[in-house]
Amino acid sequence: MIMEYVWAFVIGGAICVVGQLLIDLTKLTPARILTTYVVTGVVLGALGWYQPLIDLAGGGATVPLTGFGNLLAKGVRESVDQYGIIGAFMGGFTNAAVGIAAAIVFGLLTALAFKSSGSKINE
Amino acid sequence: MNISNQEYGELAKRRSPATPMYKTLPMAFVVGGLICCLGEGLLNMYGALGLSDETAGAWTSVTLIFLSALLTGLKLYDRIAQHAGAGTLVPITGFANSVVSPALEFKSEGFVLGLGAKMFVIAGPVIVYGISASVLYGIIYYLITLFQR
Repeated sequence: MIMEYVWAFVIGGAICVVGQLLIDLTKLTPARILTTYVVTGVVLGALGWYQPLIDLAGGGATVPLTGFGNLLAKGVRESVDQYGIIGAFMGGFTNAAVGIAAAIVFGLLTALAFKSSGSKINE
Repeated sequence: MNISNQEYGELAKRRSPATPMYKTLPMAFVVGGLICCLGEGLLNMYGALGLSDETAGAWTSVTLIFLSALLTGLKLYDRIAQHAGAGTLVPITGFANSVVSPALEFKSEGFVLGLGAKMFVIAGPVIVYGISASVLYGIIYYLITLFQR
């Protein structure tokens, strides 16, 4: 019980440290890092290397954006199994739907409910 | 004082040196690890309510994204992010923040081309390359299954 949180903490923290190394050493922008993470997740998910990490670390592997990429790969695999090649165009969005829709709707509601601070983010 | 933008940029860079890595790396590790533990706790909580793994995962994502949006609205997320760096960027809460933050800040430029368009300034490329990679994988996967039959 306690070990699963230890693993979630260690693996999740380690995935974030890799991101921090990219920021400190390469000056990659946040947009590039998030894009890299999602695509890396798709590749690792496609190779079947990400699921063992989820089995070990649970939220430590699913909460970082690599987990989101893995989810896209998993969705595509399932929809190709079910629908054939057209499934390649389905599964990604199917599995990304919850995350994207939630971010859009809560983004809209937050923008309506709160005042902006006047400071714009770095792209 | 009369200085050009470029001079100001150089001046600002000299006055605010980058935080050393012996501080940024542990902060990213601890904050990122804690956000993942929160996710693990939510997964367990929704699982205990009798939801399937997949549904519990969806609820966990929605909860984390909601919390991130709320903290972004309250200006707390960006304040934590100043110290946590990639610890708050890499988790799904960072993706949510990258959608919510520009939506809020660009509201002043209108609801369509401000809020609506700028919302995707970071999420857009993430979706473009994430979905494209997944479609490519789907085609490769289909071809592999053809030969395995």
